[in-house]
Amino acid sequence: MFAFVVSRIFQALPVLLAVALISFAMFAYVGDPVAIMLGQDYTQAQRDALVSDLGLDKPFWVQFATFIGNAVQGEFGLSYRLSRPVADLIAERAPATLELAFTAAVLALAVGVPMGVYTGLYRNSWLSRFFLTFSLVGVSLPTFLIGILLILVFAVWLGWLPSFGRGDTVKLGWWSTGFLTWSGVKALVLPAITLGLFQLTLIMRLVRAEMMEVLRTDYIKFARARGLPNRAVHFGHALKNTMVPVITIVGLQLGAIIAFAIVTETVFQWPGMGLLFIQSVGAADIPVMSAYLLLIALVFVTINLIVDLLYYAVDPRLRIGRGKGGH
Amino acid sequence: MDAAVKRFFDSDLWFSFTRSPVTVVSAIVAAVCILGAVFAPWIAPHNPFDLASLNLSDAFKPPAWSEDGAREYVLGTDDQGRDVLSAIMYGARVSLLVGLSATIFATLLGVTLGLLAGYVGGALDSLLMRICDIQLTFPSILVALLVDGVVRAALPREVHAEIALFVVIFAIGISEWPKFARTVRGSTLVERNKEYVQAAVRIMVSHVLPNVLGPVLVVATLNLGLAILSEATLSFLGVGVPPTQPSLGTLIRIGNDFLFSGEWWITIFPGVALIMMVLSVNLLGDWLRDALNPKLR
Amino acid sequence: MSNTPPLLEVRNLRVEFPTRRGTLVAIDDVSFSISPGEVLGVVGESGAGKSMTGAAIIGLLEPPGRIARGEILLNGKRIDNLRYEQMRRIRGREIGAIFQDPLTTLNPLYTVGKQLAETMTTHLPIGPAEAKRRAIEWLELVGIPAAAQRIDSYPHEFSGGMRQRVVIALALCAEPKLIVADEPTTALDVSIQAQVIALLKTLAREKGTAMMLVTHDMGVIAETADRVAVMYAGRIAEIGPVREVVKHANHPYSAGLMGSIPPLDRRVERLAQIDGAMPRLSAIPQGCAYNPRCPQVFDKCRELRPDLLDAGTTRAACWLYDTEAVRG
Repeated sequence: MFAFVVSRIFQALPVLLAVALISFAMFAYVGDPVAIMLGQDYTQAQRDALVSDLGLDKPFWVQFATFIGNAVQGEFGLSYRLSRPVADLIAERAPATLELAFTAAVLALAVGVPMGVYTGLYRNSWLSRFFLTFSLVGVSLPTFLIGILLILVFAVWLGWLPSFGRGDTVKLGWWSTGFLTWSGVKALVLPAITLGLFQLTLIMRLVRAEMMEVLRTDYIKFARARGLPNRAVHFGHALKNTMVPVITIVGLQLGAIIAFAIVTETVFQWPGMGLLFIQSVGAADIPVMSAYLLLIALVFVTINLIVDLLYYAVDPRLRIGRGKGGH
Repeated sequence: MDAAVKRFFDSDLWFSFTRSPVTVVSAIVAAVCILGAVFAPWIAPHNPFDLASLNLSDAFKPPAWSEDGAREYVLGTDDQGRDVLSAIMYGARVSLLVGLSATIFATLLGVTLGLLAGYVGGALDSLLMRICDIQLTFPSILVALLVDGVVRAALPREVHAEIALFVVIFAIGISEWPKFARTVRGSTLVERNKEYVQAAVRIMVSHVLPNVLGPVLVVATLNLGLAILSEATLSFLGVGVPPTQPSLGTLIRIGNDFLFSGEWWITIFPGVALIMMVLSVNLLGDWLRDALNPKLR
Repeated sequence: MSNTPPLLEVRNLRVEFPTRRGTLVAIDDVSFSISPGEVLGVVGESGAGKSMTGAAIIGLLEPPGRIARGEILLNGKRIDNLRYEQMRRIRGREIGAIFQDPLTTLNPLYTVGKQLAETMTTHLPIGPAEAKRRAIEWLELVGIPAAAQRIDSYPHEFSGGMRQRVVIALALCAEPKLIVADEPTTALDVSIQAQVIALLKTLAREKGTAMMLVTHDMGVIAETADRVAVMYAGRIAEIGPVREVVKHANHPYSAGLMGSIPPLDRRVERLAQIDGAMPRLSAIPQGCAYNPRCPQVFDKCRELRPDLLDAGTTRAACWLYDTEAVRG
């Protein structure tokens, strides 16, 4: 188990290093950071001082190592646009994005999996057909249009829910949460649906396809032949076997949720990392972009690791060769 | 030529096309979208870029069928008094141009690198496939955003404004090449192991290329829809095509500001046009994939 | 044996498959019975309807297949028209099943102990602790070494032969009166087929369990069965005591099947070859389905379908045994 985790971490390191290299290259070579930091008027002496201050006169590998060292400590320099430490900016915005992504993911899973199981079991019922048609719409609509439509209906026409911002937040240490206030929860509804809808339909279709596949297998027929109740056959034997492929896709999708939050946050003016990132792209604010890139890479790698561990927990066939011997 | 036409109508491809109503409808919708976009300057009822013809007293007219609608503006007008239908047709032109160019760029890049990886093999192959792996870990829209942001930072503002359209094409193309490279590399490996190809690069290209054309065409069609969506998303986020050449995404973004004051048509109609275009292209791509590869059914 | 009331009785069973090109009749007018403790062998080529008869008995025909006519009775009570939930209580508890391929019949994600225990707690009034104790007992009974440790192993940790032993334990653990065994040794190595068949035979005898043994291995039938039914194109061609059918088959098809059967101490992997092939379900000829291949065919065979007729030691669906027939 421990060896497994360690080997997976070592496999993930090259990816992280490659992304770090890109981040660093952006940071160090795109545009002229010195000119941007110094503003319009500066002397050559001021410039030289800043260059040596930033270590820009050092060889490439030294600069890269310094960059990594700083990144590990959460040090990404100053935002060109806001002249504040990037780490602070991200820390401020992270709770908003993470709470949004978490809610969307829970929504997608809690609704998508049961819908997938249902449509897989009762293929021809009218409700299944309705779910499938609905999922086709979910897959085809671009995220920002879903958001706009939801705003039009629920905020503009019906006036039930707010269309922008996070509502009131409560500070828990450095973390600001919107879960604990009524306006915060209300503000979360539309963005979470917007962000989760695509993943929801994807999960539903995947679970449905896997469920239909598994229900055809001999071990499900044998479970029926043993007279096990339907509940045990469907939600025990069948569902557990569909979980292996579902975990992979869902894991990847959770990463995608954080990335797609960029669009949702723009539509709903949600004060998270995505909005920060898009404002930085618009303003060519390289330090923020490179830090965001590294952070996203870290999130993806972490999710992949969790997916691998879940595999390990679900599928005993991966645990072979540990003492018991086989055939 | 006649023989070729006849062969086409006798082919399985044409047969499976006529057998699928959804595909026929998609093809018609796609054709309407594409023709409307291409011939916009000649068939659009108004020229939304002709400032002289704009009249602010015509601003915010709702669609023709509502009470205050005007017959000459079928889908209503925006804040400047521009005809929404005409703006959609001109916008679809930009969306289609960017989507097609980006897909062609991604295809050329992906096919070249895929052929190279599959034929040369070894370290180059590993390197290219590793890059593919890493890039495919991230959603393509994120990659496109990053590329766009980096180019934006690298170029002076005036230069960027001039070539913004190409930057978007480049960014979307870069975000999508790995899928093509993967497809082509796989087919190249299969072909390379057949003895006759081992002779020369020239023979490889002339033998392998026709064999990978089918899969590449399928990936390209499915990617066209994605590229159009990526462009719309970038433009919606405000980092896509320049506002002087609004695409459907730009129109949606502009219209979004008027959602609250009740002028929903300014944003919803471009949205519907975008959905129709993307959905019809995607359904055509699905059909093409199934028709060219019966095993997948 | 013939005096005891039958445990299972199948009467005029007809199974149909509606397809786009019309309805296929997979099983037509099949009748037989099994007495308590009796082993009925069912032989025939692939597609003759042997496995489907088994599936119909346990009530698990693959849709769109359905019982169109006839009755299936267990202990004198009809079970073919039960609701799913009622039939579920019979499966495993009254009728056990063994499938062909042990590599695919066991759920890969559950330990064998869990699969045994859940079968027993579903049907028997016992708790988890007792179920576990009995699970170990069953594994020992089917000859799994170190059963107490292996109880927590997953199926992939067993060899094919061992897995089929587990499947046998699973079929028997809720103490059913009847086992439907569908080609239980076909997927196994030739070297362990005999062991598994011997195990099945011994256990069935010890527990007094009757068995419907579907196979195309005549050697297995000759060793194990009391009676045998020969199926051809969805019908029973001949049914009778195993000794008679093997040694003095009355139906030309059975005779052909047995024609080259080697002595009992040698094994055949396949049935003897008969010229031609069994017709497809969509193209069953008029009259006796066997007539195009039959060496003793005469006019009537091409016109009318024979029912099972008394042929002395066995019953055979063949006009040769029609006392009023005029041979042409």
